[in-house]
Amino acid sequence: MAIRTRMSGNEAVAHAIRQINPDVMPAFPITPSTEIPQFVASMIANGEIDTEFIPVESEHSAMSATMGASAAGARAITATSSCGLALMWEMLYVSASSRLPIVMALVNRGLTGPLNINAEHSDSMGARDSGWIQIYAENNQEAYDNFLQAHRIAEHPEVHLPVMICQDGFITSHAVENITLWEDEPIKKFVGEYNPEHYLLKEDEAMAVGPYAVSNYCMEAKKAQAQAMINAKKVILEVAAEFEAITGQKYGFFEEYFMEDAEFAVVAIGSVCGTAKDAVDELRAKGVKAGLLKVRVFRPFPGEELAKALKHCRAIAIMDRSESYSGNGGPLGAELTAALYKEKVTAEVVNVMYGLSGRDIRVSDMEEVFGWLEKMAAGELTFDEYPYLGLRSE
Amino acid sequence: MRHLTEIRWHGRGGQGAKTAALLLADVAFEAGKHVQGFPEYGPERMGAPITAYDRISDNPIRVHSNIYSPDFVAVVDDTLLSSVDVTAGLKADGAILVNTQKTPEEILPLLKGYPGKVFLLNAHDVCMATLGKYFPNTPMLAAMVKISGVMDINEFLTQMETSLKHKFARKPEVLEGNLKALRVAIEEVVECR
Repeated sequence: MAIRTRMSGNEAVAHAIRQINPDVMPAFPITPSTEIPQFVASMIANGEIDTEFIPVESEHSAMSATMGASAAGARAITATSSCGLALMWEMLYVSASSRLPIVMALVNRGLTGPLNINAEHSDSMGARDSGWIQIYAENNQEAYDNFLQAHRIAEHPEVHLPVMICQDGFITSHAVENITLWEDEPIKKFVGEYNPEHYLLKEDEAMAVGPYAVSNYCMEAKKAQAQAMINAKKVILEVAAEFEAITGQKYGFFEEYFMEDAEFAVVAIGSVCGTAKDAVDELRAKGVKAGLLKVRVFRPFPGEELAKALKHCRAIAIMDRSESYSGNGGPLGAELTAALYKEKVTAEVVNVMYGLSGRDIRVSDMEEVFGWLEKMAAGELTFDEYPYLGLRSE
Repeated sequence: MRHLTEIRWHGRGGQGAKTAALLLADVAFEAGKHVQGFPEYGPERMGAPITAYDRISDNPIRVHSNIYSPDFVAVVDDTLLSSVDVTAGLKADGAILVNTQKTPEEILPLLKGYPGKVFLLNAHDVCMATLGKYFPNTPMLAAMVKISGVMDINEFLTQMETSLKHKFARKPEVLEGNLKALRVAIEEVVECR
């Protein structure tokens, strides 16, 4: 039975945590993710769950304590945003390379500066090469559903990698919207108990986590970690199929919205995709063959699958909510453009910078992007530099 | 009623404009609607101008942007009228609701020639008569439901009673005052043009 209700994205993730009842949650508050540990602390105080909550003095300590708990054999989670993720930096790499199946709720917020608290993907995108699986949400429903699937992916024996479940700060984390929740019992059964094969507190099995390795061994360890990320692709789809069987909600690496015959495609991540869908509807009503490709899984990067879904398009806009300061566009732009080349996709491509530091994006903004694509396909528009959508010029 | 109603709230940090927006989303959900209630966040501090939004629809809501052409605007603090462009984009066939102790003659010139309907509510007096304390968001919420027609007013009162009973489970003495504030506000809100 589905429970129809309304709540914010942060409440939705906290509800998922209540249903999972993880063993340990160390966390340090930072806007806009603060509410998540706050809600969890209330649930613990009210006796709804028996998670061990560890208030720590920094995010570096939050991730360190989460790693310690996970290495000891516990199901461990944390939550953070922006500068909090930045302060975890060292430990992000250590947790992934130690193959600890940690789950983190990441509420996306830009990194300073200028100092700002609003939605941007520069926090998680900066961590894209840290070895964490990254799954993004368009709305509160997806943040909830993705979090419920995260442990199954992280803990899979062929994966054993940490997962960050991302949603856009304030835009979905603090907006109250309709949502469908799933009943506790089927969800608890779906998530299951965590029974690790190897862990520090296991009797009669001595092991070390995170020791020094000489060059003769390091490269093999890194290749094994890279293989685990490749393995995650199969596992993500298997877990999604099982989740669909109990909830009816369909998830994959990405969502295709009117992509089947699309000539003009926007590729984007997160909450802007809802706005883009409204723009696609408006354009389709006018006979324009517009489509949206919403990227859900960024790590592992489904480059080949994305490129194949875009093969028939005449013009493609790849949207980035994060600067790379490379002078060459953003992270999704760079990686998807490379994937398109390998698949020999010959469409016109533009990488669009949008929504930095929470800059609002309207349906009309997305229609403008589709307008560019039509002109690009007709040979009437080229960009010398990758454009910033809605940039004030005065 | 239109299939999508968009409402923008203007207030000052601490007055509960955000809470009013979220409460409206809450009760509209209970009435079977698809809803979106969200604040616009910036460097908040007590007394600074803040904006919050509601979308209420019979269909699922996917757009994630602020509201630029609202059907209705609520101004929780009339001192904002001189500093914030509260009627920006407000539809001419919509309405603005202002919480004020001033007269229509004093308020109307501050609305930059907005041609639509204007409603005034003296939420201060409503609060003092019913709650004994100034919490303008409760009466403003009731007045907004009435003028916008986003839901049946009796259904609104029933839903609010349930939700306030839950909210004030440990403070039952304030329940009656809050319910009274809603009812009085519905009576007291006046159309001055």
